[in-house]
Amino acid sequence: MTTTHALSGARTSPPQDGDTVIDVRDLRMRYRSQDVLKGVGFTARRGEVLVLLGPNGAGKTTTIEVLEGFRMRSDGDVTVLGTDPARGDEHWRARLGIVLQSWRDHGKWRVRELLAHLGSYYVPYSTAHMPRPWDVGELLAAVGLTEQADKRVATLSGGQRRRLDVAIGIVGRPELLFLDEPTAGLDPEARNEFHGLVRGLADENTTVLMTTHDLAEAEKLADRILILAGGRIVADGSADELSRQASAEATVRWTLDGRPFEEATAEPTAFVRRLFEEHGDAVGGLEVRRASLEDTYLTMVRELEAAR
Amino acid sequence: MSPVWHAAGAGLRRGWTELRQTFTTGQDVFGYVLWTVLLMVPLFLLKDDPLKGAGISTGAFMLPSMLGMTLAFTGMMTTAQLLATEREDGTLLRAKAVPHGMVGHLVGKIIMVSGTALASMALPFAVGMFLVDGVARQGGGALLTLVWVIPLGLLATLPIGAVIGSLVSSPRTIGLLMLPVMGLVVISGIYFPLSELPEWLRTVGQIFPVYWVGLGLRSALLPADAVAAEIGASWQHLETAGALGAWTVAGLLLAPSVLRRMARRESGAAMAERHRKAMQRVG
Repeated sequence: MTTTHALSGARTSPPQDGDTVIDVRDLRMRYRSQDVLKGVGFTARRGEVLVLLGPNGAGKTTTIEVLEGFRMRSDGDVTVLGTDPARGDEHWRARLGIVLQSWRDHGKWRVRELLAHLGSYYVPYSTAHMPRPWDVGELLAAVGLTEQADKRVATLSGGQRRRLDVAIGIVGRPELLFLDEPTAGLDPEARNEFHGLVRGLADENTTVLMTTHDLAEAEKLADRILILAGGRIVADGSADELSRQASAEATVRWTLDGRPFEEATAEPTAFVRRLFEEHGDAVGGLEVRRASLEDTYLTMVRELEAAR
Repeated sequence: MSPVWHAAGAGLRRGWTELRQTFTTGQDVFGYVLWTVLLMVPLFLLKDDPLKGAGISTGAFMLPSMLGMTLAFTGMMTTAQLLATEREDGTLLRAKAVPHGMVGHLVGKIIMVSGTALASMALPFAVGMFLVDGVARQGGGALLTLVWVIPLGLLATLPIGAVIGSLVSSPRTIGLLMLPVMGLVVISGIYFPLSELPEWLRTVGQIFPVYWVGLGLRSALLPADAVAAEIGASWQHLETAGALGAWTVAGLLLAPSVLRRMARRESGAAMAERHRKAMQRVG
């Protein structure tokens, strides 16, 4: 059961000629005398799901906030939906969705009331092609909050609040959605439902940029994974491509005359062929486990730290 | 309709919604009732104590004064408190994330605070009328004064509240501000006429809007003879309009840029940091 394969099977590849939604070149961020971002560069095409990984303090949130227009960059070229976020107007903002980690805001509001209110700001930006905002009833159903529609926000459980956060983020039918650690604190079931929701949005051509610390989640959702470490993007590609880049080794397990063996190898196919050539039918219980994203990620971050 | 006006309309509805919410939330309703009780205690104790030469009781003097204090407090402190709290809990960040959300938020807050001020005044007014004699018996002309004093009082105090709420680092700082505010009450002629204070304290009291709102409400609600207790035995309508107008102009000049600066600094990271600090304090 190699999780890397689930990705290529479940996903159709993003449109090849899709236009560029995010274009970041040589993004730099300096706090006082410390460089947090030292030349970040990447692009995202329409309908792509990008997952940004990296150790704590690597600058993931900073990067996202620069793209959202909430933070001024020190240097570099950034284009989001064809506009520099530092000069993005409200028309531009209406095309973005931002999923914020709520704490206790709007506690007295009822769920339906709040979504209808925040959605109403998007009415002037509705087009024939893209009716805005999202119908509240449909949206509640999409995030699984129909039963809680008339409850006060303060009475929602943690998981329900996160789903409300997502609903608020997408109420304006954004072309580009930012999610900063959206599944932190969600139970496995809620997490799974959330993944379905993100996939559904991507299938409707919404571009998604999210950060997470959950590597299995990244592997499951991402069309492309970016690893941000040491102030730069050190890896950019699908989970498969990353594992090839990182020279992470696959693990081969087998038994010979009932005794278990294990070997780590970068060339599992050749290794297994040799194994059969040598021992033939005596080989049993063969298992090849390719490097998971977690192995790849840890290898890359470790290599980077060793190189310093 | 332009998107800005559309957002202002959304803000109007937001204000109504929040007002409805506060009047149906037990904790908030308890707050309004408690405030009324706190105001009524001294009123009740001094309802038969005559105010020298004014032909009314000290209780009657206090009722409109306390209504003015309520207005000024709500305008300044409630605005500041709400703004600081909503900055910390992420309400403002949400507003920032939707197109022209800040416009809607601000309009909503003005409606919400104004409505809260009126409600906080209405309840003590209704109860106080039963306790003391001689208030609001002067007929239409005097009551018309309310029509300009109350809106002008709100205009003078709300922007100050917005500036305070933008500058403080956390809602808990507002609690510290309550001490100087208590001092301000003493020198604002709420519980006794300002004319009983030494000259220099009178001058200090007359700088702040609390005194002028109180004076304006007294002129509208007290009998004409009660003017004897005031400084210079005059209701000073012109000076009231001038002082409150000056605060309004200063507030409206200062508040937009302070609010914009505060809003510009809002980000998820800044909020997460405040959340962390607040949690440390709780835990």
